[in-house]
Amino acid sequence: MKRRTGKADLQQAPVTFAKGVDERFQASTPLRALLNKVFPDHWSFLLGEIALFSFIILLLTGVFLTLFFDPSMTETAYQGAYPALRGTEMSQAYASSLHLSFEVRGGLFMRQMHHWAALLFMAAIVVHMLRIFFTGAYRKPREINWVIGMALFLLGFLAGFTGYSLPDDGLSGTGLRIASAIMLSIPVVGTWVSASIFGGEFPGHLIIGRFYIAHVLLIPGGLLALISVHLGLVFKQKHTQWPGPMRTNTNVVGERMFPRYALKQGGFFMAVFGTVALLAGLFQINPIWLFGPYRASEVSSASQPDWYVMFLDGLVRLMPNWQIYIGDYSIPPLFWPAVVGLGFFTTAPMAWPWLEARKTGDKRIHNLLERPRDNPERVGIGSMAVTFFLIGTISGANDVIADKFHISLNAMTWAGRIGLIVLPALAYYLAVRICLGLQQHDREVLAHGVETGIIRRLPNGQFVEVHQPLGPVDDHGHPLPLEYGGWVVPKKMNRVGALAPAVKGFFYPVEKPSEAPVSPGMPPVSGDTREEITSGRK
Amino acid sequence: MTTLHHDAPDAPEPVDVDDPRLSRFEIVKEGLRRDEIELVTYESQFHGTNSKAEKRVVRNIALLFIIAGVAAFAFLAFYIFWPWRFELGSTTSDYYTPLLGISLAISLFAVGFAILSWAKKLLPHEVSIQARHDGASPTDEQKITGQTMIFVGDELNQGVQRRPLLKGAIGFGLAPIGLVAAAPLIGGLIENPHKADQPDLFTTGFSPVKNGGNLVRLTRDDGTPIRPEDVSTGGQMTVFPGVPHGATNEYADSPTLLIHLRADDAEETRNNAAADRRNAGSMWGNYVAYSKICTHAGCPASLYEQQTNRLLCPCHQSQFLITRNAQPIFGPATRRLPMLPLGVDEEGYFVATSDFKDTVGPDFWERP
Repeated sequence: MKRRTGKADLQQAPVTFAKGVDERFQASTPLRALLNKVFPDHWSFLLGEIALFSFIILLLTGVFLTLFFDPSMTETAYQGAYPALRGTEMSQAYASSLHLSFEVRGGLFMRQMHHWAALLFMAAIVVHMLRIFFTGAYRKPREINWVIGMALFLLGFLAGFTGYSLPDDGLSGTGLRIASAIMLSIPVVGTWVSASIFGGEFPGHLIIGRFYIAHVLLIPGGLLALISVHLGLVFKQKHTQWPGPMRTNTNVVGERMFPRYALKQGGFFMAVFGTVALLAGLFQINPIWLFGPYRASEVSSASQPDWYVMFLDGLVRLMPNWQIYIGDYSIPPLFWPAVVGLGFFTTAPMAWPWLEARKTGDKRIHNLLERPRDNPERVGIGSMAVTFFLIGTISGANDVIADKFHISLNAMTWAGRIGLIVLPALAYYLAVRICLGLQQHDREVLAHGVETGIIRRLPNGQFVEVHQPLGPVDDHGHPLPLEYGGWVVPKKMNRVGALAPAVKGFFYPVEKPSEAPVSPGMPPVSGDTREEITSGRK
Repeated sequence: MTTLHHDAPDAPEPVDVDDPRLSRFEIVKEGLRRDEIELVTYESQFHGTNSKAEKRVVRNIALLFIIAGVAAFAFLAFYIFWPWRFELGSTTSDYYTPLLGISLAISLFAVGFAILSWAKKLLPHEVSIQARHDGASPTDEQKITGQTMIFVGDELNQGVQRRPLLKGAIGFGLAPIGLVAAAPLIGGLIENPHKADQPDLFTTGFSPVKNGGNLVRLTRDDGTPIRPEDVSTGGQMTVFPGVPHGATNEYADSPTLLIHLRADDAEETRNNAAADRRNAGSMWGNYVAYSKICTHAGCPASLYEQQTNRLLCPCHQSQFLITRNAQPIFGPATRRLPMLPLGVDEEGYFVATSDFKDTVGPDFWERP
């Protein structure tokens, strides 16, 4: 047998290894398909990624926090580094959160990263959802992913609430008190639900431990599972794309996943991570040591929940005091916004893709996105929802606004109550009108060409503006009507190449500017031929 | 965006990948063909090799990577050497978290932008088109799978149809098994809110039951009892039941607001209370005590406005009028704050002559 040289062995090693892998897993074909998979590109497709990256940061920082946090409600006298609270009776949960903030190297930084990443996670989910909604990306075949997305919002909401309840500080205890009241308000079974979850009367000794396991295991497990399915479906069904040159309903135009697309994702992850680090370093969030331990008798004014819970708090504030009495029993007004409201607003939109398809009778498969202006009714309904959400959120801080702007608190409440009914309707009307106006302008440019800003005086004294046709013209020089392609219509001359492209370089040009394309009908204006503009009177 | 127009392409011919003349790129293209991908544009972003623009981009990316490394070292240096222990009055340690944040952010941003510029500016510009395969599976596949599923159902079903004994046994056997799985998970959690021996929903720490049958004193949060002269006219004080742990969260529904009203307000309050079946005789002199737990969502209604005699809950802005039996006059609360019947014992300290006569705290379905 011939003895092989060591060098040849080394060169051959990766090939041998790869062959070995393929013999066992038949990986070649799927791996190549993965490397080659084409992804369409648009900035708005990155919003969901922000949520994904925030979730990864949440997992990383969250695991660190669990190493120090003690989810126990046993009372203890604080003896830690923060002098203002020394000697105060508090729960172990609160004391260990203080310990984590003051006596663990970098602990405060990790806590703040975790909280900021949570806020960013929810914000990215909401903005991503708006993108999906307003562009019609949820249409067949992607309805299920829309439903999963809504479920992810609800799970994120619960993750956030259980999370900020854990430190057992003054603010989070107040939140728990309200949560207990919300459970109590459920007709028939309310007291049973609250007693079962809190293990007796509020607050009991169990709730922090129960929320802890929900926050670190059950809810993240659900999130992880749903995120996997969400991404798996995006992968399987292939991403939607905007209409444009070459793009059809049956293809994907973009770039292969490796290397360029994957590299850009990696860079973007680093940027998101950097943003969270910057926020966590510079902007204090949830300074629990200022709130003190939870005492049922104490609350500070301006007690606001995290931003994604504020709409719910606002709706609770705006709800009139209508109590329904049924014989000896009653339903408190808290039930409607907090239980029915939250349940409705997180689950009813799940049915939207089917409702819309039924109304329009549209059973086709849609892989091309729709510009918002091309579906005014959808934009109108979306604007209604956004307006409703915003008024709820603003009302969640109406005491702070009333205080800072010297407005009567009662006036703020009434403005919210009326606004909640009137403004969504107004938003619908305005959104539809704006969409129709934008549509009309697109059609106008397609029919007549781009407005050049050049005014021509005709022999009969009439002034007309010169339009640059976007396509072929007829014998009289009038543009032939063009079909609308569902994508951006150029509306300025530099969009059709009439002006020179920007010169590259920040302080000095790094390359010679390329020649501006010249339209034969409109030679470029140079200094020699330019006439001085006079009043026309001699 | 590229304006390349694309008319029905000539489908590329399959090639023999074992042909030694093929370049690596041609083999890659064969892979693209098999994955139904067409590479429409694939070109360098620079004119010629080693152009000035290219060198500049390369320099920038290198610089970003170097910044990332420097900032990462700075992060480690701050993390290890900067004084981080919290000390009152020391501002040096206050900068620990911001310094970590800034150095880490610079490092991550620099790496991020370096990778992004690499991908966006150095790698060749590319437009690829891949075919989609939407819609249903072929109808024969649909039919085969559907028939298979029905057949599986039949196999199970026929067995049951022909053997009625099995049918009953399965129904009888499986249903309890399902319950067995659910029962211990749920059952252990269920807690009766209406236990006969401790009706927690309807009693507070002021109930004499909690104090061995004796009347419960009103105390401060440190447990010291209160004399009438401890509260000045127009003043108010949060009081707790004078039982062990009375001021802790064990008695979360017991915090009460003791108010010493001015004479005219007290007169009005007394008249309104006297007209009420439950609150009649609950005041002591010009003193009145209301539960502090908001009847809306259970926050402490702690903002007392002396001038208007209103009590405001800072959570959802319910407002209660002190002089009129703490009736809600604004906001989402529907129910008044319960009044604590006040008295003074033989030693001159405030006591509750009984527990609250109304249910304290947020409302619920079966509240009497």
